[in-house]
Amino acid sequence: MKPFDYIRAGEIEDVAGGQIIAGGTNLLDLMKIQVVAPDALVDITRLDGLSDIAEHEGGLRIGALVTNTTVANDARVREGWPLLSRAILAGASAQIRNKATTGGNLLQRTRCPYFYDTSQACNKRAPGSGCAAMGGAGRMLAIFGTSEHCLAAHPSDMAVAMAALEAEVEITNASGETRCVPMNDFYRGPADRPDVETVLGDGDLVTAVILPTPRAGERQTYRKVRDRASYAFALVSVAGSVRMEGDTIKDVALAYGSVAPHPWMDQKVVEMLEGETASNELFQRAAKTLVPETAPHPDTEYKITLLRRTFIAAMRQLTGLADSAGTDISRAHS
Amino acid sequence: MKTTLTVNAREYDVDNDPRRTLLDTLRDDLGLPGTKKGCDHGQCGACTVLLNGERVNSCLCLTAMHDGDEITTIEGIGSPDKLSALQEAFVKHDGYQCGYCTPGQIMSATAMLKEISDGAPSYVSDDLQTASLSDAEMAERMSGNLCRCSAYPLIREAIAMASEVKK
Repeated sequence: MKPFDYIRAGEIEDVAGGQIIAGGTNLLDLMKIQVVAPDALVDITRLDGLSDIAEHEGGLRIGALVTNTTVANDARVREGWPLLSRAILAGASAQIRNKATTGGNLLQRTRCPYFYDTSQACNKRAPGSGCAAMGGAGRMLAIFGTSEHCLAAHPSDMAVAMAALEAEVEITNASGETRCVPMNDFYRGPADRPDVETVLGDGDLVTAVILPTPRAGERQTYRKVRDRASYAFALVSVAGSVRMEGDTIKDVALAYGSVAPHPWMDQKVVEMLEGETASNELFQRAAKTLVPETAPHPDTEYKITLLRRTFIAAMRQLTGLADSAGTDISRAHS
Repeated sequence: MKTTLTVNAREYDVDNDPRRTLLDTLRDDLGLPGTKKGCDHGQCGACTVLLNGERVNSCLCLTAMHDGDEITTIEGIGSPDKLSALQEAFVKHDGYQCGYCTPGQIMSATAMLKEISDGAPSYVSDDLQTASLSDAEMAERMSGNLCRCSAYPLIREAIAMASEVKK
């Protein structure tokens, strides 16, 4: 690590100008290999008011410092938003989930190997240097939302579940003013600035994630496909929640992970499904609409097939066409 | 950076460069080499300790951020003449080959048995409302601890035995 000034933030206004650290499970790794080398490291773990899960307008307000373990184990989350518990438990290891925070999980960086390798060109790490992933090896890269400057995928499981649950990110600026943005507006596509990943400005701090009221009786699932059974990033994942009336699909919410620079959503697919009778034929058609014809990198062509199949399997699970472990029924909490 | 840590119920004052990890503090400053450095990047779990009762990778903790915290290492859960139930079970079931990952495995399993008794679910739990200790559950819950000798079946047997002793 390069030397840095360590600052323990006592107030929100202390965060401007420095690199924020909370759980540090991704950042310290990046600092050790000097992908990130801040002059000042601002420790926000002692800020007040960010470490609780509170009931909020029928839903929950999860403070940015609440650990992944605490969210996944929370009795209210398990009852009302089981998809979120499952997605978090699908990520990393118990040791990392005990340290990783809600805000930090959203802000974790891509695991593109060229971002990690300081001898390689990477527009995300060194703006303007190029993208070594193009023409390089890249089976973990994105298939949606890439640009000619960056092909990297966002690796979070938690953020994908939160996108499907229509969560909002609460941001507080240095003057203490708060705004909320939907999960999908929180992230920016790479365009010509892949190093700028979110709408956060200097002095802005993610202070919470707001989960809206759960719908009782929804079936929810988080389906993750990876190279080994545990402790690996997703190749693709599908977060979904469906409310049925008889055989008819009434409400659907879906988000897809590890396929784009942020949790990916597709309104056209939702519109194809809502109001229709659940059937394999319907899911085949919707899957075809969901996936692109070709991948931006030859090494990720396989993700097109994998996403199509994972989507169909998740929809069969969520609509009751297939019985499968890992389907949870949301119960409304009071 | 001056930091006070309570390690294995004993208080230590350390004065570290802010770059120092908890792992290096334990091994090099406090003379507690039981905690092992494997990958130093949070991938292998050899450095697992309990931080305020919860298992974490000590290589991914900056000492300066843990002023006032309580840490338990492998040296704090048993001694050669008075092994913890898990330590005894690892010996009895030969839950290791080279032994390098063993302190991390035992610290991780110590926390895992408590997580199960607290009712914490895992990704492979059929029902998020319950927690159990099947072989599949153990494999999932211990996935943050790699064993390059691949002694996994014996590690799981040892943990299962220790959990029986606890009951």
